[in-house]
Order: sequence, then structure tokens, then C-alpha cells
Amino acid sequence: MFAPFIIALRAAGVPASITEYLALLRALKAGVAGFDIEDFYHLSRAALVKDERHLDRFDRVFGEIFKGLESPPGTAETTVEIPAEWLRKMAEKLLTEEERAQIEALGGFDKLMETLRQRLAEQKGRHQGGSKWIGTSGTSPFGAYGYNPEGVRIGQEESRNRRAAKVWDKRVYKDLDEDEALSSRNMKVALRRLRRFARTGAATELDVPGTIGATARNGGSLDLHMVPERRNAVKVLLLMDIGGSMDDHIRICQELFSAARGEFKHLEFYYFHNCPYERLWRENRRRKETEKSTQEVLRTYGPDWRLVLVGDATMGPYEISQPGGSVEHWNEESGVVWMGRLTRHFRRAAWLNPVDQQHWRYTHSIGMMQGLMENRMHPLTLAGLESMARELAK
Amino acid sequence: MAQFKGTERYVATRELEVAVNAAVALERPLLIKGEPGTGKTVLAQEIAKALGYPLIEWHIKSTTKAQQGLYEYDAVSRLRDGQLGDPRVHDIANYIVRGKLWEAFEADHPVVLLIDEIDKADIEFPNDLLLELDRMEFYVYELRRNVKARHRPVVIITSNNEKELPDAFLRRCFFHYIRFPDRETMEKIVQTHFPNIRQDLLREALTVFFDVRNVNELKKKPATSELLDWLKLLTIEDMPPEALRSQDAKTAIPPLYGALLKNEQDVHLFERLAFLTRRKV
Repeated sequence: MFAPFIIALRAAGVPASITEYLALLRALKAGVAGFDIEDFYHLSRAALVKDERHLDRFDRVFGEIFKGLESPPGTAETTVEIPAEWLRKMAEKLLTEEERAQIEALGGFDKLMETLRQRLAEQKGRHQGGSKWIGTSGTSPFGAYGYNPEGVRIGQEESRNRRAAKVWDKRVYKDLDEDEALSSRNMKVALRRLRRFARTGAATELDVPGTIGATARNGGSLDLHMVPERRNAVKVLLLMDIGGSMDDHIRICQELFSAARGEFKHLEFYYFHNCPYERLWRENRRRKETEKSTQEVLRTYGPDWRLVLVGDATMGPYEISQPGGSVEHWNEESGVVWMGRLTRHFRRAAWLNPVDQQHWRYTHSIGMMQGLMENRMHPLTLAGLESMARELAK
Repeated sequence: MAQFKGTERYVATRELEVAVNAAVALERPLLIKGEPGTGKTVLAQEIAKALGYPLIEWHIKSTTKAQQGLYEYDAVSRLRDGQLGDPRVHDIANYIVRGKLWEAFEADHPVVLLIDEIDKADIEFPNDLLLELDRMEFYVYELRRNVKARHRPVVIITSNNEKELPDAFLRRCFFHYIRFPDRETMEKIVQTHFPNIRQDLLREALTVFFDVRNVNELKKKPATSELLDWLKLLTIEDMPPEALRSQDAKTAIPPLYGALLKNEQDVHLFERLAFLTRRKV
């Protein structure tokens, strides 16, 4: 019965399946919804959508398929923020002479937008016809072009008039339909691949094979044996680029840092600027006091530590290749030498780059760094984190 | 069949009612998602009350295994009893510890089963429960017997979205996303919790509350449960509404902010905003 609806949903990227369709039909048969389009909307949403990120797509498809079931809904609204220029062009193209004169009378286009905002704020609910309020098929210059300024929350301020603006037309779930943001929580899940369990510390768990063995040796009388709990024994040395071009990526680095700190028991971190040279430091604010020579770091952390460098690797090529190339100080040995020392010492190493992978090839220094890392540079995305974790876990 | 409606203590939107009733009528699990503090767990209690069924709660932790919801075989105590020559040892049934699912399946009358925060568990957890929730039966190997639900329980599952749930699992559920309530619904919710609250105080408090939520950079936006806590504090302290009025959230920190802001960065952000506005004036 609703096959076109399901097909349209699937085409729009809502993964509704036969099972869910049948569930919907069964629920209709059971009379859950009542004979009301809004109830049907709620019911079909509960049955067909399983992820809040798809709710907005569902609303759009529902609006399209069941258009005209109640009051004729008028032009389909696109809620993409339309640049003012386009709108101006459209207005020029579509408005009659008379209307344009009206706009002029209102004080030009900018004034018009201003008035639009005011009216939107005053107006209660959806409107059709008429000559003042914003709606469809009216002579008011507002609203007929599918412009929906986000700043004026039509939907939220007037729940009194629910009927007037149809529920699915309000598209309240729009904000949820984004590509998933990288939060420290799902980073943790990705980093979880990088686990090497080992038993160390106090014996708190029952050692079943040990107990059985000991009991058998004991001639059948119970002899309990305990073992320490399994813990993640992976050791990670995190070197983070800070300052300069990394300022754009501060937030994501913060998230990564808190995720890594939660996940790894043995985590050490140092900062560098652009490219690691002979000195690293612990706290950016007290850089001088917390500095440590890279040689000392190499001596302190053995080759069993996994090295993770985080940086955009975006700099002048000479900062990597030339002695004295650093923008901050005179470095006796070039970045290439130091990178070589690091990658030779730490057999398992990776570079995480917050720059979008598509743009890597436009920056020469990223390519150089990629070469120095022997192609072990990963983008700082969930997929990148996972591939990094897989590689480091080897 | 009993219908679920909002109660005097719980304000349910029509969409929520439809979703709950559909899940009850078709005897399928209902998956509830939403911001923390929008009343996901409370919903199960209210459904149980509305339908007049007892509620069985199964709170999931990161270490919870699906098997624990069915049953556990306590081998160690059987071993010990064997050592001591306890006659109980001959019947393995004495060492089968029933889990929440078993409890719900074998109850004499239908129950509401709440599986709380399913996303906390291991990533494979929902997959391990697929068949059990679908057919509402499972097999106990130790006893060589099948446990089948006498009455299919109403299963409510909540998730905070910390992990993606597998598709096969989602297919079997109804889904409802609790949206953050708008101002009017929020007023209703507050009325059900504090019927005697002073109207002027409520109005001012809600204004401050929604202003705070509108500050975009907050790490954790306050939700319904935080608002209720805060209102309780305000009424206990007998705060005059004027104390709130002068305070546009952007210009100063609301009084007793500890109930609303749960994170020192957020408090810090507010202090900075307050400082900036004061300088402008």
C-alpha cells in the first residue's frame, strides 16, 4: 500500500527494510495510530527510522509523498540557507514591476530583509494568501521563494499553532542530520583496537585453569588460585604539534588527547612546533622549564613504545630539509635527521594529520613528511584512527 | 489493551504515545534515544505505571554480558558444595542463577522490562540478544530446557548514542527520539513536578534556562533533569524572581549555577562572557 513511500525513503537514504514495512502495516492493522495523518506520521516514523540522523530525511520524504493529504501545502520549502545575492537575483527575475516598486518603497532590499525578519517574528503559523503575512500564494513579497531564515525560530516559538505548520514541515531534526562529529567518545572506541592485554598488578581474578590444575594435584580438595586482572599494556608516546597553523585544529586535538588519556594507561606526551627537532616540551605555557632534549626522550622510552605524531605537517619545505630551517630557533641538525632518529628508534610509529586528506597533495611538506614516515600518515578521522590503530597493533 | 498516555507526573507528546502504543501492540522492543536528562529512564517507569505492569530494570554497564541477562551457572559454589558433601550438588538447577530476562519471561503476568543504557555495554552485546528479544525465548544448556516467555514483556531500551547499534538489532525495534522539549512543553513538565511553584519565578527561570541552552559553545547543555534540580534549589533557597530577571544569561552567571553547568570549562566560559559584557557597559 505504501510501497512508493518506502522506495522513496530508501532512495533518500533512510535504510528502511521489508521487516520494518511489515511492522508498520501490522501496527496500522492493530489500530495503533487512529485515522489521523499526524498519528500516521508518528507511527511510520517510529517504525521506519532507527537513527535520529535520518529523521530529517524522513520528514522531507514524508512531506513529498503525502503532499496534499490535508490542506494543500504550497511550495516545498528548502531550508538551505540561500545567499542574499541569489535571492536578490530571483527577486529581480520574478517580481512584477509593481512589486519591485513596493520593495523600493520599503527601502530597498536590505530593508526588505529586515522587514522580513520582523514579520516572521510577528507572524503566527503558516499562512496562505493575504497580502501582509508571509506564506504562499500571497502578494506579499516574502516567503514564496523558499527562504527560511534560521535566525527566526518559527517552529519553536509557536507551539500553540501546531496545526497551522505541519509537524513534518517544521523539520525540527535538521540539526541532527550531519556527518557524525568526531567526539572523544567515538575516538575512544576507535583507539580500542590498539590494545595489548597483559596481566600485571594485584591478583584479583579467579584463575580457572590454575585452580583446576591445583585442585587436581591436591587430590580433589579445592585450591583456589588468583591472577591479576587483564589490563591494556600498550605504551603510547604522543607528540603534538602546537601553535601556528595548528590553531585551526585545537578542538579536535583536545578531543584526541582526552580520548587517548582515557584509553591508555601508559601515555606520555610532548609538544613540538611544526617538525620535531632536538627539543620537546611538556607544557606550552612553561615551555622553557618543561623542555627536554629529544635524545633524552629517545633514551627514556624504549622501542616498545608506540610513537604517534599529531600535526598538520604544513610548513616550509626547508623547515624539514635544512639545518637551521626552524622558524623558531637555529637547529643544528635538520628535521629529516630528527625524524629519521625517531622512526628508527620507535619501530611502530604513525602520524595523524587533521588536514583533510583530499588536500594533502597540495602541500609539499605533507608529501615530504609522508615520505619520512614511510607512508604511515593517517587523516585524523575515525577511519584514519582505526587504520592507525590497526597498524600500530601489529 | 491498555493504552499509554502521559500521566500527571510525566508529560508525553503525542508522538511518544504513538510509538509506545505501537511497541506494546506489536510486542516489539522500543528503543529510546535522546539527550541525557530528557527522561528516557523515567519513561519506562511511567509506562509500567500506566499499563499497571511491574517493572524489571536491567542496568547495563561496560562489563555486562548478554548471558548475564539470561542466566549464569555458578560453577564455583557447586564445586565448593561438592567438597563439603552438600546434597544440593546433585541438582545442577540449584546453581543456575536467573537473569533479568528470565525473570521477565517467566513472570505470571506481563511485565515491563527496561534495558537501560544498552550502548554502555560491549559492541557485540545487542547482537547477542537478537534472538532472545525476537522470539522471546532461549535455551538453557545446563538444564537442557527452553525458557519461553509466558507473556511477551514490553521491552524498553534506552541508549545515549555512545555506540552505534547493529542494523539487525534496530530492525526489530520501534524507535523514538526524545527531542528537547520546547518552552510550552517544558512549562507543563515543570508544573507536573512542582505544582505549587510561583508562576513569576517559573517564567524567569525558564527564560534564563533557555538562554543558557542557547549559548552554543557549551560542552554539556543543561537538560530537563538539570532544570528540575535547579528549580528545586531555587524554591528551597526561596529565591525572589527579581534575582533572575536582571540576569540575562549572557551578562552574568545565573544564581546556583552549579545545578545547570556541570563542567568547569562551561562555568569559565560564562564568567568570560559576563566579563566581556560588563566591559562593554
